[in-house]
Amino acid sequence: MKKDIILCGVGGDGIVSVAKIISDAALNLGLYVKQSEIHGMSQRGGSVFSHLRISSNPIHSDVIPEGKADIILSSEPMEALRYLPFLAPDGQVITNSDPFINIKHYPEVEKVQAELAKLKNCVAFDANAIAKQIKARGNMVLLGAAAPYLEIAFEELEKAIHNIFGRKGDEVVATNITAIREGHKQTAR
Amino acid sequence: MKLLLLGDEAIAQAFIDAGGSAINSYPGTPSTQITEYVMKSKEAAAKGIRANWCANEKTALEASIGVAYSGRRAMTCMKHVGMNVCGDPFMNAAIIGTKGVLLVVADDPSMFSSQDEQDSRFYGHWAMVPMLEPSNQQEAYDMVFFGYELSERLGTPVLMRIPTRLAHSRAGVERREPLPQNPLSMPSDPKSFVLLPVNAKRLYRELIDKQSRFEESAETSGNNKYIDGKDHKRGIVTTGIAYNYLLENFADGQCPYPVVKITQYPLPEKMLGRLYDECDEILVLEDGQPFVEEQLKGLAKGKPIHGRLDETIRRDGELNAEKVAKALGLPVASGPAVPDVVVNRPPALCQGCPHHDSYNAVIEVMKQYPEGRVFGDIGCYTLGYNMGAINTTVCMGASITMAKGASEMGIFPSLAVIGDGTFGHSGMTGLLDCVNEKANVVVIILDNDITAMTGGQPSSANQKIRNICIGLGVEPDHIRSIVPLPKNHDEFVSILNEEINYNGVSVIIPQRTCLVELKKHLAQKNSK
Repeated sequence: MKKDIILCGVGGDGIVSVAKIISDAALNLGLYVKQSEIHGMSQRGGSVFSHLRISSNPIHSDVIPEGKADIILSSEPMEALRYLPFLAPDGQVITNSDPFINIKHYPEVEKVQAELAKLKNCVAFDANAIAKQIKARGNMVLLGAAAPYLEIAFEELEKAIHNIFGRKGDEVVATNITAIREGHKQTAR
Repeated sequence: MKLLLLGDEAIAQAFIDAGGSAINSYPGTPSTQITEYVMKSKEAAAKGIRANWCANEKTALEASIGVAYSGRRAMTCMKHVGMNVCGDPFMNAAIIGTKGVLLVVADDPSMFSSQDEQDSRFYGHWAMVPMLEPSNQQEAYDMVFFGYELSERLGTPVLMRIPTRLAHSRAGVERREPLPQNPLSMPSDPKSFVLLPVNAKRLYRELIDKQSRFEESAETSGNNKYIDGKDHKRGIVTTGIAYNYLLENFADGQCPYPVVKITQYPLPEKMLGRLYDECDEILVLEDGQPFVEEQLKGLAKGKPIHGRLDETIRRDGELNAEKVAKALGLPVASGPAVPDVVVNRPPALCQGCPHHDSYNAVIEVMKQYPEGRVFGDIGCYTLGYNMGAINTTVCMGASITMAKGASEMGIFPSLAVIGDGTFGHSGMTGLLDCVNEKANVVVIILDNDITAMTGGQPSSANQKIRNICIGLGVEPDHIRSIVPLPKNHDEFVSILNEEINYNGVSVIIPQRTCLVELKKHLAQKNSK
């Protein structure tokens, strides 16, 4: 088993939490994990990414080489496009369709959507709208949508949410679990 | 059960487990999470381990030398440019032969969050101390234990160098049985801490004589490895994480060429000599500057040595598996190109950030002075460059001193913009220079209560800025405070105009807490 995942978005939208949950689940299953991220100035409202690699064999590089990512999971539609050079030929894109417009020259939203539509394997939906209804965060809804592509049992992700958010209280755990379940409905086959 | 740890956190956990007694550091991406981890660790607290943020890297490393004086294990962490600040204690800790000091420096190839790509291994080489460059998180953990053992056995500080991709990448790490802290003890050779020429001459000779033992350890410790391969057309030298980028290119992780994997310095010359003798040419893979490559070129007797110097691998930027593939002549994959519709999303100041309001005032006032200049500094507020608010960013503290130098040459007005954290780090001495020379400068100290860019560490000058300025001799009438908010814009503008027209040193302190920090406080309050 090997999954190379690019997680991307805009600084502050919680992609690192998503990476931590998948990593925790993978580690519990005895898989090898490497997850790299960028901190510091590059974080402040700018484009951010994390490379997450899970495998049943030892992993070498901390970063995924171009053209090798099995999944791009993005919390913002234009950011999903930015990391396309990493995508493997049969790779899957899962992205929030709700744009985050914090720059003057953000492209026309239709053009971004048209580019996403050109991709062979792409799921795009408004994760923020779903999150709003259940007072959760879009990043967790996206994680739920990514679940079928991760080859990690859904219950393992729920367990990881317990592990990571447990100290923040039952309510936070419950909200996040609802969020991944709602997200899962988008892609469950 | 393995712990999922950043490279930084693996080093921190190892420091706690290896009997560390005190960690004194200055925050800097990508090194900050080492010290932060120790500060948050309940285990470290239970063991009575001291964990401090210091005013700068020099004060931090000097504190570690003091810890070592008392026989205990010390760690100091910083980013690569911090090495420039602590160069003085570092070079001299090497002469002393300080035992029990591990200096961890996180380099930033590709400058994700830095102003240069300097490679700290040159410092270690210059100071003639052993260095460690782990290739993964587990090695980083294990090498802290090894580093202390080596330091105490051979009488030398040890430098550990990690790049961004190890500092900020998580992997599973297996812990070891914790060691107890060392008991308090005075140095066996107290003269070694008195670097008068009479002692320093003897100690420098001793340091030179120790080199053969450092070299022997690099050959025999097991950290450096000669890994044979069938194809001797090429021999490969990897340092630190470059090893991973090499193996990434072979599906089974089996490189057909002989490899010398380096994670400990000085260079294992015997291993390298064998590689050179047995192979037709050498390829050197380093995530950083061509440190090993330059030394190999010096030892080579005619065979080609490829690497960054001949741009087989681009001289600048971090190493990766793709660059290694190209250097090996292997095919490089790539997914779809980035569509033209995608635009850059540079980092920016947060919405409602107090720096916005300060810069809005500066920008408005400076419109009257096209020949005037605003000298900037290092922190979140460096992003003011994207607003057109500052003209320079060089190094920590250079805003004040550059403004002074420029004003003395006739640039008017000369403004300096520096944050409270950076002012505490290295702004105070520059301000003293300004006062002594009665420089015609306006120094704006953006006080947001915190060292924001590295994630909210306490700022050493917090709550003391006004008194520090008075103490340094700035006229109290020309130390002005303001709350940077849109409603106070006009007041801010008039204060700036008044102080620009005062011929002397003025300080303006816009004071409002960082919003990220404020949100953190509120969240903590609500959860209680």
